[in-house]
Amino acid sequence: MLGVIRGGMPLSQVIDGPAILAEGLAKSFGEVRALRGIDLAVPRGTVLGVLGPNGAGKTTAVRILTTLLLPDDGRAVIEGHDVRRNPAAVRRAIGLAGQSAAIQEELTGRENLEIVGRLYHLSWPDARARATELLEQFDLVDAADRQAKTYSGGMQRRLDLAASLVGRPKVLFLDEPTTGLDPRSRLGMWDVIRSLVADGTTIMLTTQYLDEADELADSIVVIDHGLVIARGTAEELKSQIGGDVLEFVVPERARTNDAVTAIKPLGEGEPHLDSDTGMVSVGVGSHGSDALIEAVRSLDAAGVVTHGLALRRPSLDDVFLALTGHSAEEDGEPGGRRRGRRTGKPAGGEPVKGRRGRAS
Amino acid sequence: MTAIAVQAGLPETGPSPLIRARWAVSDTLTITRRNLIVWYRVPTYIFFSVIQPMIFVLMFRYVFGGAIPVSNRGGYVQFLLPGIIGQTAAFASFGTAIALAQELQKGVIDRLRSMPMARSAVLAGRLVADTVRMLITILIIVAVGYAVGFRFTNGVVPAVAMIVLATVFGLAICCIAAFTGLAIGDEESVQAFGMIWLFPLTFVSSAFVPISTMPGWLQAFANNQPVTYVINAMRALALGHIPVTANLLKSIVSLAAIFAVFAPLAVRAYKRAS
Repeated sequence: MLGVIRGGMPLSQVIDGPAILAEGLAKSFGEVRALRGIDLAVPRGTVLGVLGPNGAGKTTAVRILTTLLLPDDGRAVIEGHDVRRNPAAVRRAIGLAGQSAAIQEELTGRENLEIVGRLYHLSWPDARARATELLEQFDLVDAADRQAKTYSGGMQRRLDLAASLVGRPKVLFLDEPTTGLDPRSRLGMWDVIRSLVADGTTIMLTTQYLDEADELADSIVVIDHGLVIARGTAEELKSQIGGDVLEFVVPERARTNDAVTAIKPLGEGEPHLDSDTGMVSVGVGSHGSDALIEAVRSLDAAGVVTHGLALRRPSLDDVFLALTGHSAEEDGEPGGRRRGRRTGKPAGGEPVKGRRGRAS
Repeated sequence: MTAIAVQAGLPETGPSPLIRARWAVSDTLTITRRNLIVWYRVPTYIFFSVIQPMIFVLMFRYVFGGAIPVSNRGGYVQFLLPGIIGQTAAFASFGTAIALAQELQKGVIDRLRSMPMARSAVLAGRLVADTVRMLITILIIVAVGYAVGFRFTNGVVPAVAMIVLATVFGLAICCIAAFTGLAIGDEESVQAFGMIWLFPLTFVSSAFVPISTMPGWLQAFANNQPVTYVINAMRALALGHIPVTANLLKSIVSLAAIFAVFAPLAVRAYKRAS
């Protein structure tokens, strides 16, 4: 059936095509438009970081690419197999590790992996051998014969990841692999992921953490309200924010506007005021320490008392603020699905005062 | 940028139907095995499927039994055992519904569905494991029943037929539960919902008391519902001096109807589950 490849493209080009390709993916759940047409292309052996707040559409995208959900529109091709036409072939090519450890806690680590091996139709001896191999690779040998419920969060996540690798997938989907992990386990997980990349696995990784994408991803897409609102390397994204961020809390709410006025001349953009927490933040570019000193002076001169005045590196929230004008945590609804905001235009860097009452 | 356009995927012939059928069986057995390991390792599950039915037998035999007038030979213990076996088989479905809802919530089902295993195996493996579990529970109740004076008085083949009928009945109820578990998808709601339909269905039947002791309006329901058909048939098979044919036919028809409606619904709920 090679003859039916469209456009007279040579086969080699098909094979050398991206490991993950998505074009115009759209999906709605009733009224909620979870994805509104996203395009992705992940070259073989690279890591794509998908950033976005809860409910942005990250998980929906992963679920479509892993054949768990059919798109309403658009198409997705994994390792040359269309998720709609040949889901079985896609499933043979992929591994999925989700945000909740999909392991059976009453089973030992070894049993979990052996059973997954059997479900990949390995013989019992092969399933056992593969389980042993993965337990060694993921540093779980000592705990191998204990029930997984006795594992720490980090160990459970490693076991979960090991289970997703039983079938030696060419493409691995990691849906928020470190959410809820303590910092040490997180670093451990990063090491594991790096070693997979070194072995040539293509990875699509969703995360809420900019530093995680920064550490692991060759390229990043930022998703919000079901649209890709930015793509590029971590550096490119950060340069959109413009360096350090100065932030502080004004405990006396009546004075917040005075504080905003006082620091306005220091910022590279407009200060952002979170009216719920009284947190004021402003991008100050590369001259952060000068701005810090200036801020102390002007706030003092204005007679505004502040808490926790500090400089910090830009976070995902700042990327969001810069890209969308709202912060990453805002209006993310519990359960990961949010009401569709039809107007969400991918505008850049427009400052917002107040949280929700934005006239757009 | 020219998109890569693959019309029909890379030339790949999937596994033959024969191999796929073999995989479906082996995947079902793998899932069954997994579920049974979990079952015997969780004390709560053992309690509900082994200890609780034993307590029921002892309680009804010695506490309530004396107050319940029955007309059959051998007294209340003979009346009770088929009833309690039927009730236990039906209640096994709680395990089905809760386990499926849990797996859905935890993402286990997602994970399994992203693997190249047979899609039918998760549901089939669950039902096979639950049937095994149910059968073990039934045998335990029979043993406890023998210890407190129950006897099969109609020969071995009808006794075996009674156990088979109870198991098929339990499996039918498990199909309903599988559907509710997957459709509701939340452990606690599933449990609460199970109480709402399963308690009236099993207790407002001939399982524990003769229906003639109930008020008339309740008799109308109790006399004409599947649990009564099945338990009357089981009782007839076990004890032998009660006519069996009519109740057995009604049982078979109503169980077939339950399977016909709820097996496809459960499969559909599984396919849609997310």
